[in-house]
Amino acid sequence: MKSREVLIGLLILAGLLVAPTAIYPVFLMKVLCFALFACAFNLLIGYVGLLSFGHAMFFGFAAYIAGHAIKVLGWPTELGLAAATATAALMGLAVGLIAIRRQGIYFAMVTLALSQMVFFFCLQSKFTGGEDGIQAIPRRPVFGVIDIQNDITLYYFVLAIFVAGFLLIYRTIHSPFGQVLKAIRENEPRAISLGYRIDHYKLLAFVLSAGLAGLAGATKVLVFQLASLTDVQWQMSGEVVLMTLVGGMGTVLGPVVGAAVIISMQNYLKGLGEWVLVIQGLIFVITVLVFRRGVVGEIWAAMTRRKPESGPPA
Amino acid sequence: MRLRSLMLGVAAAALFAASAQAQMTDGGIKIGVLTDMSGTYSDLSGGGSVWAAKKAVEDYLKDKPGLKVEVVGADHQNKADISANTARQWYDVDKVDVIVDLVTSSTALAVNQIAKEKNKVALVSGAASSALTGKDCTANTIHWTYDTWSLANGTGNAITKTGGDSWFFLTADYAFGQALEKDTAAVVEKNGGKVLGKVRHPFPAQDFSSFLLQAQASKAKIIGLANAGADTTNAIKQASEFGIVSGGQNLAGLLVFITDVHALGLKTAQGLIFTEAWYWDANDNNRAFAKEYAAANGGKYPTMVHAGVYSSVIHYLKSVEALKGDADGAAVVAKMKELPTDDKLYGKGTVRADGRKIHDMYLFEVKKPAESKGPWDYYKTRATIPAAEAWRPLDAGECPLVKK
Repeated sequence: MKSREVLIGLLILAGLLVAPTAIYPVFLMKVLCFALFACAFNLLIGYVGLLSFGHAMFFGFAAYIAGHAIKVLGWPTELGLAAATATAALMGLAVGLIAIRRQGIYFAMVTLALSQMVFFFCLQSKFTGGEDGIQAIPRRPVFGVIDIQNDITLYYFVLAIFVAGFLLIYRTIHSPFGQVLKAIRENEPRAISLGYRIDHYKLLAFVLSAGLAGLAGATKVLVFQLASLTDVQWQMSGEVVLMTLVGGMGTVLGPVVGAAVIISMQNYLKGLGEWVLVIQGLIFVITVLVFRRGVVGEIWAAMTRRKPESGPPA
Repeated sequence: MRLRSLMLGVAAAALFAASAQAQMTDGGIKIGVLTDMSGTYSDLSGGGSVWAAKKAVEDYLKDKPGLKVEVVGADHQNKADISANTARQWYDVDKVDVIVDLVTSSTALAVNQIAKEKNKVALVSGAASSALTGKDCTANTIHWTYDTWSLANGTGNAITKTGGDSWFFLTADYAFGQALEKDTAAVVEKNGGKVLGKVRHPFPAQDFSSFLLQAQASKAKIIGLANAGADTTNAIKQASEFGIVSGGQNLAGLLVFITDVHALGLKTAQGLIFTEAWYWDANDNNRAFAKEYAAANGGKYPTMVHAGVYSSVIHYLKSVEALKGDADGAAVVAKMKELPTDDKLYGKGTVRADGRKIHDMYLFEVKKPAESKGPWDYYKTRATIPAAEAWRPLDAGECPLVKK
């Protein structure tokens, strides 16, 4: 880690630690959940170059698993989260095995198709409650001692999950494993010719991304105490693409910023009714046309232009 | 010294102001209209619901200058998590005392729980799920306009009794559709009718031709549409193309709003039978309301949901005034259950212990184009379902608030 990155990271963490005094904690938690989701997604698109158009299936299905485990089976919170993450990772393994055999648009379509299958499964099966979803999921104390009924306490729990997930992704990207992923992104045939078994790398990245997306979905269940079809719908897969592109694809902080921007718009402009969606669309078009690297990507590019000696984007 | 006396003065003034409004939290009542402003349900609720809530406040405050009431609106995009997020923020930060409308069941069920947790009030008008007064009922929620049970019961009952004694169901293949089909079929059979068959269509569906042919071949007098929204309107359109109604069979919609009929047009929708709670052309009060509504909403006419929002807001304000305070949500709802309801749109009625608002329901049939005399003149009343029969019996809902 370079010292400047550490400094930026610490500053953001400090900001997040005091944020609930100024900003409504439930809103912040929603941002954190989506930020983790977007980071998990970014791991695939930004570092392996795989555009998954079905990440909602991991996010949403894990939410159902967590909701069902906690509400109906009466499992403790942390066990519910773990079960949901594990389920999402297993789904990631199954989906990944099928999807990574193809590239580009075919990869996107395979993931979309499988995600639609998961959606219809959720719509039909009994345990998800159909279009009513699973509601009134209790917030049980974490590890039996930390009471998360209170929004502020829950916020710090969610923040801890987010930071853990974020650091895992950061570590992955900057490990030798991450270097191979980037090599695959840049030039796949060359990575093969260098002797890397790229399918293994892709699959592992896919499973990791799916698991973390699942963790994000399960955490969201704790915040809103409900799991609904919204989270498994294909629109959710689109939303996470939007967040990642707006924030900056292939940058560590981009998805976090993108999630914050999109969720803030949904939240603070909701009085405008249908115009929110129009504004979202406009922002997307402007991002793609004018600053392709996203918010964070552009800032980073501006910084490195001034200091050409510093390394590649974090 | 001067500063201190000034501060004392300000403090005294604040104290005085506070005591004048002591009953209301934050000096007034704040009503939040949480609804679908951009999606499929934006016509039947949406901006019209915000207008209806504002209208109710305006009418109620006409002779009460002291009371301060504010109305805010927001779009939940039919997503339960946005709904939950908004409701929490409204209750916690923006000092909203009551949330009204709540179209789509998942969003209403979410707010239902939050209102209970925060001890505020939720008045559901747009959503259908009868779980709101059943196993999920709370002491902070009232379900105002209609529910799935009353629609299934009203339509099944009244049609079977008026001669429609053989049925074929076209059911959307998911929980809501199946529940609607099950409830209606039970009512039909209880009244001596017969269910000749049923077919499940995927949700959402575009092409209904094979299902409609089966329905046609069944020779059932009534084809029950156990679906909603775009599925219902698509099915009706295609049924019209197959000449099902002109061939002597009738379509019974289980969840149809006047905005759907308007979108379909009378030529397509004629002969459709369904249950609703309110129709704008039923009496002078309704007509006057509809006229004002149309003037303010680009010529559209109000649905039963809009009227329900109006009615629920009036009763809420009345109860808060009687109670002299809005701080304790459960107490306000208890008061609302205690006082009889009376407003110009829904007339006299009551709120039951499980939070079910009780009023008459109506079985309507869509007019033929030749019978319609003006804009939005769409319904003729086939039957009135009296309040005593229109709703699920109190002891059948498994609501924990009802003592057995």
